[in-house]
Amino acid sequence: MAFLKTIYTIWYRDLLRFLRDRARIISSLGQPLLFLIVFGNGLAPAVAAGMGGVDFRAFLFPGILSMAVLFTAVFSAVSIVWDREFGFLKEVLVAPVSRTAVALGKVAGGSTTALIQGSLIMLLAPLVGVRFTLPQVLTLVVMMILVAATMTSFGILIAARMRSMEGFHMMMNFLLMPMFFVSGAFFPLRQVPLWMEWLARVDPVTYGVDAMRQTALQGLVPEPILRMLILHPLEVNLIALIAFWALFLIPAVWLFSRTE
Amino acid sequence: MNAIEAERLTRRFGDFTAVREVSFEVREGELFAFLGPNGAGKTTTINMLCTLLRPTAGTARVGGHDIVREPHAVRRRIGLVFQDPSLDDRLTAWQNLAFHAMLYDVPRRVFEERAKRLLELVDLQDHAHQEVRTFSGGMKRRLELARGLLHQPKVLFLDEPTLGLDPQTRRHIWDYILRLRDTEGTTVFFTTHYMDEAERADRIAIIDHGRIIALDTPDNLKAMIGGDVILVRTSDDARAVERLREALGLDPRPTAEGVLVEAPRGDQLIPRLLGVLQNGAEPPLIVHSISLRRPSLEDVFIKLTGRAIRDEEASPLERMRLSRRLWSRR
Repeated sequence: MAFLKTIYTIWYRDLLRFLRDRARIISSLGQPLLFLIVFGNGLAPAVAAGMGGVDFRAFLFPGILSMAVLFTAVFSAVSIVWDREFGFLKEVLVAPVSRTAVALGKVAGGSTTALIQGSLIMLLAPLVGVRFTLPQVLTLVVMMILVAATMTSFGILIAARMRSMEGFHMMMNFLLMPMFFVSGAFFPLRQVPLWMEWLARVDPVTYGVDAMRQTALQGLVPEPILRMLILHPLEVNLIALIAFWALFLIPAVWLFSRTE
Repeated sequence: MNAIEAERLTRRFGDFTAVREVSFEVREGELFAFLGPNGAGKTTTINMLCTLLRPTAGTARVGGHDIVREPHAVRRRIGLVFQDPSLDDRLTAWQNLAFHAMLYDVPRRVFEERAKRLLELVDLQDHAHQEVRTFSGGMKRRLELARGLLHQPKVLFLDEPTLGLDPQTRRHIWDYILRLRDTEGTTVFFTTHYMDEAERADRIAIIDHGRIIALDTPDNLKAMIGGDVILVRTSDDARAVERLREALGLDPRPTAEGVLVEAPRGDQLIPRLLGVLQNGAEPPLIVHSISLRRPSLEDVFIKLTGRAIRDEEASPLERMRLSRRLWSRR
């Protein structure tokens, strides 16, 4: 009981902070929108030939969706570093609560804020001419939750031992951006060099993008063309995401609970 | 029963021993000070007592529970105010308190009534729904005091509770601490390197280089100095020390402010002192001033360690901390 209450408390604080910070919500909507509208419209004519008749904006949209989820999730987890820097983490570490519950609360909080951010992006889909049916929306929400939970756990794993914001910027540049770029968010991963194909294979974001893309394009694109644009069947993507989640979550919780 | 019992508490960081076999007891309801210069091991000791740091050797019981074997039980029974603010400054004062109450499993009803009363006690009732980042340093510290007491801890730990605050705010914070102690009856353990703050404690442990070198009430500590303290300023302090040692068999100590002499009856020593300095020496020493006072804790510290606490410059760590505090007013 106390365990669940701790998870809830940590989750609640994350949510409260997120909702109080309207400026952050709006500004973090800006970047994905910019990518979507500028890249979407700018590249659409140029890449039309290679897309098999699929509107590039519809192709790009799931990538942008995962981008919003990915960055919000990791940022939210890395707020642990901020909390450490500004002392608040001590208040939590000295409380008579389970550290495991604190870490899980953080995963829940990061996932929720990322899900909210992703849902806001989804509301804007008609802007670029993408429309979803209710089952599609529900499936996308499940995917977003999975990606968000995986990436929040990843963020906590990184942040558990990180002492400074410099380390965070390093991670942004050398880990997060490449993870996003090779995930296939911007282009199909069918005809890329072998090294990129391998990087994409060990990148959890790839599976999230792939799963969201096939859900989003379902019914919009003829089956053979869809198969050309995606990598794995939906089940493979789901299993891969859950496996990555466990791979990040377990050491993240372990490291965090040993923080001094 | 004792609120705190430390037994040969030791903490090493690599080759450096920050705290060395420290043993002491704090009685229930006592206001207990840990006095020492920066880097003496005060914060390390407090962190061990609060279960934030594991001792390398030795142990302690806080509120009747072992800090190594029952950290959870200890955490439940202590309140803490850290050197650096540990509030979420994006939330309001009330939200910070509510968060604390949830972590410590204080029921909602009880929380609301207690939070109101504590906020009144620290004069923040009108700022309850303001974001903490708009607070001054003194207001934040007061909110932390209130928060530290929200779950009614048996022991309240204050690590340099007035560090970085201006003198007026420092005085106010102390008014609040004393008021909280009187109304809540909590045992208070605090660290400080300010003499005037330590003076308020029931008992003081003086710590230097990780060791307790004296532990007693302020009055008894001061009684270690036999009677009065005389401060003499002359044209040549080094020669004055020598002269006083030879002619009167005293044990004078040179300090930055002049030569310190202890004496059971200072008033009777002054004429002889003046005579010896002005007449016996060749060439004669010029005496600029002589003052007589009751011994202070500072004198006790000098007697025990051979140097003054205020001689120590702010450590690099503290300077960093203070400058960060300026930067962090986001």
